[in-house]
Amino acid sequence: MNTETNAIEQFADQEYKYGFVTDIEADSTPAGLNENIIRFISAKKQEPEWLLEWRLKSYRHWLKMEEPRWPNVKYPPIDYQAIVYYSAPKRKTELKDISEVDPELLRTYEKLGIPLREQEWLAGVAVDAVFDSVSVATTFKEKLRELGIIFCSFSEAVREHPDLVRKYLGSVVPANDNYFAALNSAVFSDGSFCFIPKGVRCPMELSTYFRINAADTGQFERTLIVAEEGAQVSYLEGCTAPMRDKNQLHAAVVELVALDNARIKYSTVQNWYPGDKEGRGGIYNFVTKRGKCAGVNSKISWTQVETGSAITWKYPSVLLIGDNSVGEFYSVAVVNNYQQADTGTKMTHIGKNTKSTIVSKGISAGHGQNSYRGLVEMKKNATNSRNYSQCDSLLLGDKCGAHTFPYIEVKNTSSKAEHEATTSKIGEDQIFYCKQRGLSTEDAVNMIVNGFCREVFHELPMEFAVEAQKLLGVSLEGSVG
Amino acid sequence: MSLLEVKNLHASVNGNEILHGINLTVNIGEVHAIMGPNGSGKSTLAGVLAGREAYIVTEGQVLYQGKDLLEMDPEERAREGLFLAFQYPVEIPGVNNSYFLKAALNAIRKHKGLEELDAIDFLSLLKQKTKLVDMNESFLNRPVNEGFSGGEKKRNEIFHMAVLEPKLSILDETDSGLDIDALKTVSEGVNKLRSKENATIIVTHYQRLLNYIVPDFVHVLVDGIIVKSGGKDLAIKLEELGYDWVREETVHAV
Repeated sequence: MNTETNAIEQFADQEYKYGFVTDIEADSTPAGLNENIIRFISAKKQEPEWLLEWRLKSYRHWLKMEEPRWPNVKYPPIDYQAIVYYSAPKRKTELKDISEVDPELLRTYEKLGIPLREQEWLAGVAVDAVFDSVSVATTFKEKLRELGIIFCSFSEAVREHPDLVRKYLGSVVPANDNYFAALNSAVFSDGSFCFIPKGVRCPMELSTYFRINAADTGQFERTLIVAEEGAQVSYLEGCTAPMRDKNQLHAAVVELVALDNARIKYSTVQNWYPGDKEGRGGIYNFVTKRGKCAGVNSKISWTQVETGSAITWKYPSVLLIGDNSVGEFYSVAVVNNYQQADTGTKMTHIGKNTKSTIVSKGISAGHGQNSYRGLVEMKKNATNSRNYSQCDSLLLGDKCGAHTFPYIEVKNTSSKAEHEATTSKIGEDQIFYCKQRGLSTEDAVNMIVNGFCREVFHELPMEFAVEAQKLLGVSLEGSVG
Repeated sequence: MSLLEVKNLHASVNGNEILHGINLTVNIGEVHAIMGPNGSGKSTLAGVLAGREAYIVTEGQVLYQGKDLLEMDPEERAREGLFLAFQYPVEIPGVNNSYFLKAALNAIRKHKGLEELDAIDFLSLLKQKTKLVDMNESFLNRPVNEGFSGGEKKRNEIFHMAVLEPKLSILDETDSGLDIDALKTVSEGVNKLRSKENATIIVTHYQRLLNYIVPDFVHVLVDGIIVKSGGKDLAIKLEELGYDWVREETVHAV
């Protein structure tokens, strides 16, 4: 009789699936931050002098800055001196081949469902796997290199392509941009670098999986993607972290640069550990992501599905500098239990005839608090520019909240900005209708929520869309009925 | 064993008793019409049978295939073959009609211990069923009921019924809001689905639907109680004389 109810309970009690810990000896700094730690990180990575200087300058900026208090989120003060800023899996020598990778690490990736091997080539995905702070192995690099595409870890890029890194690093998100970006600029340990030369269309989706493993480790990765004139690339980023009862800080910086006629599509499925049902533990995801449409007719598109993290604070933005450039932001943000999200975008129209589209879907369940915060800015010279924004919120239950903070500033007379917003509650009628057709409450909620997010899922690459739908289901378990 | 046995059913909404002791037996292969004026409790009866939470059963029993129906969750009732065609079908934005039906059908099949249908088999089944209820295939890829006209929604309900092949279908005011052409199409669909293997309860205010779907039995529900039962002729008499006739007759009988 009650097998159904039992199944729901079991489903709801299912634990965070990726909450395993890999037992590998780490090569870490002691907790805390000072100039010596930064010198240590830089030396460890055999960085050139200019980069060390850049880090130190960022650090000195950071010391003078204050942690932002304007987001609509609440958390106890972060003790920045209690964080370990560098942790690398220990290894003997530089890895030449994937077979040299620590088998324990490879098993971790397998649990995460990321096969690093050749099958990936067939699947059309090249993976740059970041484990804690060091990139472990980069596949298909050679195949990509034949096309002139550089896809490697950030540290390797610093060593092998210092001029490119120096040219573009901090060119979109300056080191003193904001508190967390400054911190990242001082201590970033690794990340991904991607360069698509003039006229090249990257033939596969590029993908990076990040994973925070060591306890008390902050992860500060840095991603830099440059698409030269006429180049095109689609980049996927997926994240999970093991379960811990302490909070962990994740302060990443992502910079995208699109030159004339270039296109960059950046998709994220973020599933960092959200904390338990009482709100203990979980990742603080304080991330700065920004793209620069530097050239004419360029296009940058952000798609994000955020189901994880205790707190999410991020605003993937686009600077529309080149005439006729296009910026897009498609977002699904889910909060359940005690999760908090303050997320949205900034579209800064600088060039003429620039266009931007914002589609934001916020889903709140449990005691979750979800805020959309967006700024659409049209400068004086951005004549004939257009923006369309749509912010929809869906509430599950009566203890959660949805908030919308749209800011629109238009400084010329020929541009147009449209904003639409809706808030709806998942209807008892909808759930009953689904149940009357034989679906369980959980399936009904999943289906209704997925329908609500459809416009955003459409923007995701196929395999990511499937993963995103599953994630939504997992993160909303037990939130209704 | 009867398919459905309703015994002395009392039900309340927000503390007000709406049904005051319904008795009804439906056997497999039969079509029953439940007629009654507005507010007589017809939709409440349909809702109680489907398991709407707002309706509280205070007394009585309902056996479905010999099992206690009132103990089952709504989805379990559905999986056991009980289908409600809604008076007001609900919109589910962004959820593709055929995707929805596939999930529903597979939930039912799984419950029966049958293998789930794959995409290809399901699609051919769908196409076959669209012909049965004369529905345009474009409805398959539209979100469930979203932007459908009143008539399209009702037709979609019958389409769901065709795909899910229930044992007991309850059509709640399926004729309301339909013009004469839509009424004909919907009725034809229901008639095609009618068989020795299933049963139907038609809940309606007007007799006109029963011109197209001819019932085996007609029950008249007034003020939460079935005051008169008979064959299909009862519906015609009711149409001629109105519900007051039954009311008066009941009063005289008392």
